[in-house]
Amino acid sequence: MTMMWWGVIGTSIAAYAFKFLGHSIPHQYLEHPKIQKTNLLIPITLLSALVAVQTFAAKSTLVIDHRAVGLVVAAIALKFRAPFPVVVILAAISSALIYHFS
Amino acid sequence: MPNLGLVRQNAVVSATPRSTIRDSLSVSITVGAYGIAFGAAGVAAGFSILQTCLLSLLTFSGASQFALVGVMGAGGTAISAIATAALLGFRNGLYGLRMSPLLRTKGAKRFLAAHITIDESTGVALSQESLGEDAMRSGFWLTGIGVFTFWNLFTFAGAFGAKAMGNPAAWGLDAAVPAAFLGLVWPRLTSTSNRLLSIAAMALSLALTPFVPAGLPIIATAFLALAIGLRTS
Repeated sequence: MTMMWWGVIGTSIAAYAFKFLGHSIPHQYLEHPKIQKTNLLIPITLLSALVAVQTFAAKSTLVIDHRAVGLVVAAIALKFRAPFPVVVILAAISSALIYHFS
Repeated sequence: MPNLGLVRQNAVVSATPRSTIRDSLSVSITVGAYGIAFGAAGVAAGFSILQTCLLSLLTFSGASQFALVGVMGAGGTAISAIATAALLGFRNGLYGLRMSPLLRTKGAKRFLAAHITIDESTGVALSQESLGEDAMRSGFWLTGIGVFTFWNLFTFAGAFGAKAMGNPAAWGLDAAVPAAFLGLVWPRLTSTSNRLLSIAAMALSLALTPFVPAGLPIIATAFLALAIGLRTS
């Protein structure tokens, strides 16, 4: 089996396990404020790190290339409250233009 | 009476407030459309159309799915990719905790309820609070099943489209993925402290990138969240 398949299966099992546990365990667990707070913060750090690495990393080196332009355009679109699909499409178009003309 | 069953069914449907149905449907279609971006990202990261579609069917949690294909597409190991995806899936467990006393499901229905416990189904259910518990339950089921349907249809469309396109960079797909992550994190950056945390996480992950294997710079930032979250009184 390839790595990709392990990724698909492992992620699906982990995702479902958390969902099902939430429906099955008594409520007093996990309702602690520290856990609630950490749970709000974890997506912020992981998603931010993914933004940075997916834009500025090429294997293990840091680069500034066409993707950075796409990210700046996405940020501007979000600033102007553009809907998600518009944000993604604008980023793709601007990045592809720089890729072709640089 | 022969049509008693039908009459009772209609009664159940009409008991659901129109606004609940409208909210559920509009969320289902808008959020489901993001599936195009995921389908394209999965294929651009080297996953097959089948694998990409299975992720949407079985994982059914957008941020976790994007994280898996993002980390593995960048050359990270399956372990670090799964760990990142799992950390992002943890919150669905907390949603389940909130939803289970409301839904009071038993048996097979609980397995289904668990699978569709995501940001949107929980969000719509909670937003119907002023209309009563029946409306909240309807909002949960309608939104969960609606998002599931559209998310999977659009994932297939996106994966199929990306396969037909070929080189991801030529079509800007390599920039669409970080833009999607930015779109996912943006609504969470509501306070100065959250924005600072976001910048710190970006800086930490980039600083680690040259020195540790792909994937680890991303998971490492979870410790920032832990360090701050566990200091909460």
